[in-house]
Formats: sequence, C-alpha cells, structure tokens
Amino acid sequence: MQVMQRILTIRWVPVLRQRESRQRLFYWLLLALPLPLAIYAIGIGRYEIPPDQVVQALSDYALHSRQADFAPTVEYNLVTRIRLPRIAAALLVGASLGVTGAAFQGIFRNPLVDTNILGVTSGAGFGAALMLLINADPFVVRVSAFAFGLVAVLAAFFVSRLYYSAPLIVLALVGILIGSFFNSLTSLLKYVADPLDSLPAITYWLLGSLAAVTRRDIPALALVTLAGLLFMIGVRWRLNVLSLGDAEARTLGLNPARLKLMIIVVSTVMTAMAVSVSGVIGWVGLVIPHAARTLVGPDHRRLIPATIALGAVFLLLIDTMARTLWAGEVPLGVFTGIVGVPLLLVILRVNKTGWQ
Amino acid sequence: MAIVLKAEGLRYSYVPGQVVLDDVSLAVPAHTVLYLLGHNGCGKTTLLEILSGVRTPQAGEVWLNGERLRNIPAHRRARRVGLVPQVHTPVFAYTVREVVMMGRTPHLPLLGTPGRHDREIVEQAIEQVGLSALIDRPYTELSGGERQLTLIARGLAQQTDVLLLDEPTAHLDPRNQQVVLETVAALAQERVAFVISSHNPNSALLYAHQVVVMKEGRVIAGGKPLEVLTEETLSHSYGMTMDVVVDGARGIRAVMPRRNGIFWR
Repeated sequence: MQVMQRILTIRWVPVLRQRESRQRLFYWLLLALPLPLAIYAIGIGRYEIPPDQVVQALSDYALHSRQADFAPTVEYNLVTRIRLPRIAAALLVGASLGVTGAAFQGIFRNPLVDTNILGVTSGAGFGAALMLLINADPFVVRVSAFAFGLVAVLAAFFVSRLYYSAPLIVLALVGILIGSFFNSLTSLLKYVADPLDSLPAITYWLLGSLAAVTRRDIPALALVTLAGLLFMIGVRWRLNVLSLGDAEARTLGLNPARLKLMIIVVSTVMTAMAVSVSGVIGWVGLVIPHAARTLVGPDHRRLIPATIALGAVFLLLIDTMARTLWAGEVPLGVFTGIVGVPLLLVILRVNKTGWQ
Repeated sequence: MAIVLKAEGLRYSYVPGQVVLDDVSLAVPAHTVLYLLGHNGCGKTTLLEILSGVRTPQAGEVWLNGERLRNIPAHRRARRVGLVPQVHTPVFAYTVREVVMMGRTPHLPLLGTPGRHDREIVEQAIEQVGLSALIDRPYTELSGGERQLTLIARGLAQQTDVLLLDEPTAHLDPRNQQVVLETVAALAQERVAFVISSHNPNSALLYAHQVVVMKEGRVIAGGKPLEVLTEETLSHSYGMTMDVVVDGARGIRAVMPRRNGIFWR
C-alpha cells in the first residue's frame, strides 16, 4: 500500500525529463516484462483463456489447490497442467541461455561467443541422440544430454591443459574442436539411425522444442537455473573487472583464474540443464547479450539482470510462436535463427553496440 | 622518512636463461615521487608488476610497510598498492564513470556492488584529473590522453598507499602531462607514494624526488634527480649521447638528446 502511494505521489513528468531517471524506469520495466508477458502467453493457444482467468487459476494453484473442497475448472487444469510447465521452462531456459552468453562474452572478452564455444551443446546433442537411438525413456534422454554436455566441457578443459600456459583462447579453440568432434559423432548416430523412427526423433531434438516438457521436468530445471542466476547476479560487478583482462583484474585484487573457472562451471551446468530440457536452441546466448547491451549499456551490474529478463522474454516469444502459428509444432531452433538473425543485424546497425 | 615500498634483490625471467630483472633493489619513502627511467625492454613494466604484487619474483622480496608483499591476500594488497597500466582499448564501451568505479573493487565486500560512498570517491577522482565533463562518455570514444587520465583516476579511486604508473604521460600533450603530474605531486604531498616509469628525463627533473635508472634489467643509478640525471648516466643507459643543458640565470635544467656528430645547426 505504501509503495503504491509513493508511486502515485511521484510527479512523473519532471522525473521523466531527467535522462537518468528515464533510463532507470526503462530498466525496471524491462526486468518486470517477463511476468505480464508470461500471463498473457499462458492464455494463448487453441483454447483461449483471458488473462484474468489465468491469474485466477494461478492464484488458486498457489493458495487453494490443497483445500478439500477445491474443484478445478477446465481453465485451471489447462493452465497448471499443460501450459504453466511449458511457459516456466521457456522462461527458465531463455534466462539461462541469455545470462550465460553474457557471462561468457565478459570473461572471454569477446562479443562473438556464447556457452556453445566450449562444446556443451554439441555434447548434449550427442548424449540425447545416443539415447534416442535406442528409444530410451525421455527422462533418460535428458539425463544423458545433461551428462554428455558436462563431459564435452570437461574434455575441452583437460585437453587444453595439455598445452602449457593454456590461456582462455586455447580453451576456446579446444572447445570448438571438441564440439565439432561431438557433432561428427552425432552425425554418425544419425547415419546409422532408423530413418522412420529414431532419425526423426534425433533431428527434432537437435532443432529444440519445449513441446514435451511436463511438470516433472520443472523442479530440477528451476533449482539449477535459479541458483545459477543468483550466482551470476552475485558476480555481476566482478564480470566488469574480468572483462578488462587478467592483468588488471589482478591489480584490482581479484583472482581471475579461479573466478573464471567458477563462472565457466556454473554456466556449463546451467546450459547443460537448459539444453537437456529444451534440446538444442541456438542464437539466444549470442543475440540476447547484444540486445541487452544496446538497451542498458555494457555495465554488467545492469547487463546481467537485463539478459535474464530479455532471454526469458525472447524464448517465451519464440516458443509461443512455435506452438500457435501453425497447427503443428515448429521446432524452436528454426525460429530462434529466423527471428534472431534479423534481430542481431538490426542491433548491429544501431550505433550503440556497447562494444568495440 | 618511513619507507613504504622496498624491493631487495629482485630477479625475474620469463624464459629460462633470458633474465629480465637482475638483482634489482629500490626503496620508496612516503610522500615520494620515484621515477623509473631506462630504455625500451629494460624491465620497467615487469618491475612495476612485481612491485604491485601481480607478478611474483623468482628471487628477492618486496616489502610493503614492512610486510612481505607476497603474504598479503590479493584483495587487501589491492587496497594498498595499485598499478595503472599503459593505455589500451577495452572490448566493451564502459563509460568513464564505470571504468573509474572499477578501482573501487578491492574495497567492496564479496559479491557486493559499489554504493553511494564509492560514487562520491569516483566523482572526486574524476574531478581531480579534470574529466568531469566526460564522466558519462564511453571510454572507447575518448582520445588517448583522456583514456590515460581515466585510468589514473581509477588508480586514485583505488585509494592506495602506493600507486605505480606505467608510462602515464606517454600519450599526453604537454598541458595534459602537466595536469597529471601536478595531480601526482599534490597527492604525493598528501598521502600517496608514486612510482612512475617514463621515457622522459625532463619530467623526472621537474617532478621526481627520487630517480632510478635501469639498463638491461639492472639498476645502474639511483638517488636525487640532480645527482642521477647526469650526461654520463643517461648516455650510458640509453646508449647514445645525451646533453644536460643548464640555464643558471633562469634556473632551468633540461636533458637533450644529441644528433650523431652534430650538436647545433
């Protein structure tokens, strides 16, 4: 109530005349954006539900669902059983891919990388394909994708250690090589896969989709992603300092090697978890940090929260398009490219890129 | 005067067999500006990195207020000794305020971000180097001189006892050199001791309390500017003839390089 009163008593016109206040308001609106969009997106589908009924269903779910006399409506069941898990997954996966992309661009001091650079997605793709080939349970497919995502990055890490004085650039190079290696293995699996059964399954998985997400998938995804997001928010100032380079980070009292290793580990686990649920989704980790930088600038204090919000919004948009534009599901990887590439081109055309 | 920073018998080589620093010792008293002169590749930057604690010497020891530098944890060390690097281009277009704010890092709690107090210190540091008008401009859009001033402001915002400047005036015009070095001189009187590496013996004559001259990784002379900056020492260090010109009437002293075989045309 007090907050509302304060908001109402602010004289908005003079506040909005100040550039800094305008930027701050815009920043907070950006951070709040995922919530209304998610409520709106839950309502969209073959069975339309108005936003107020979505809110009603969500509040019932949170407050009344355990009461004995609670009688679920059709809307309630549709919202909480079918659409909420999928929307939650879209938000979590999008936030995860967006923020890890920004963290990687910061520590690699390169605006052209995302977490894929260390091969996590390629490893996960192989892990999933391997299990899809033998028609394993979807849960097993996910576990395998997660595990092989980590295996690929560990392989890149230890192989890069074989080269003395391994700087980050060697790790990136080895990561690309390991990624290609796993991509080739995946191609091999596709080559031997049954063209009527497992081959379409593998192909579809490699294009990414949230269609198969159920309530069962959410707890682990939410736990890992939210913990990871908290970590990223915690180190957001340090990402600024790391992006100056190791020598300067050290003179400012940081231990860049240890900090970068922690960030790589957290990012890798987050990405592996996200990809194991969604399949391979490209572009988010690359496009979102750039988009966020044009909106809020390069300072990671604002950039990290902005990439979380923007990544969530972007994937929510893509996923909503994927499930509503055509009668059948369209793979996400198709849309992220089709939407992401023009978006990135527009961003690069805008002057304020936030990098040199 | 109390010695703030002391180095004894430093030895360093990047590649075994190629010694970059050999038995280097120096002492920096409080309230002192110490100039480090020497030819390109004589080990000035390496020495500054060792003095800042970023690089550990293979032999010898650095003492900060009587404490072994290598025993001080990194974040505590960074509150007491700072290193301002040579100008470079960062990847991301941080504003001047953001770049200077990074100097506050060692003072922040773990996982913390700068607060109001840090903002005030940063604005003061930016004002000291005369960049207040550019405070919200991207660092990448500044001239070389303005970038150097920004990095120096970052060093000031770090609020250390000792500040090591690696060729701070290399990209500056005479006016900006004066801005920087007068700021340095004023701060030295107040609280900070400075070690400045430079290729400009004249600014050492103007601003240094102490001068150390290096050649091929060794200290060949050290002491007060008037004693150290002689024709003999400078010519030996740079491997060329240098004249020290004195205008006694106006109290001016300057170092002039001499053209081969020609003194005046």
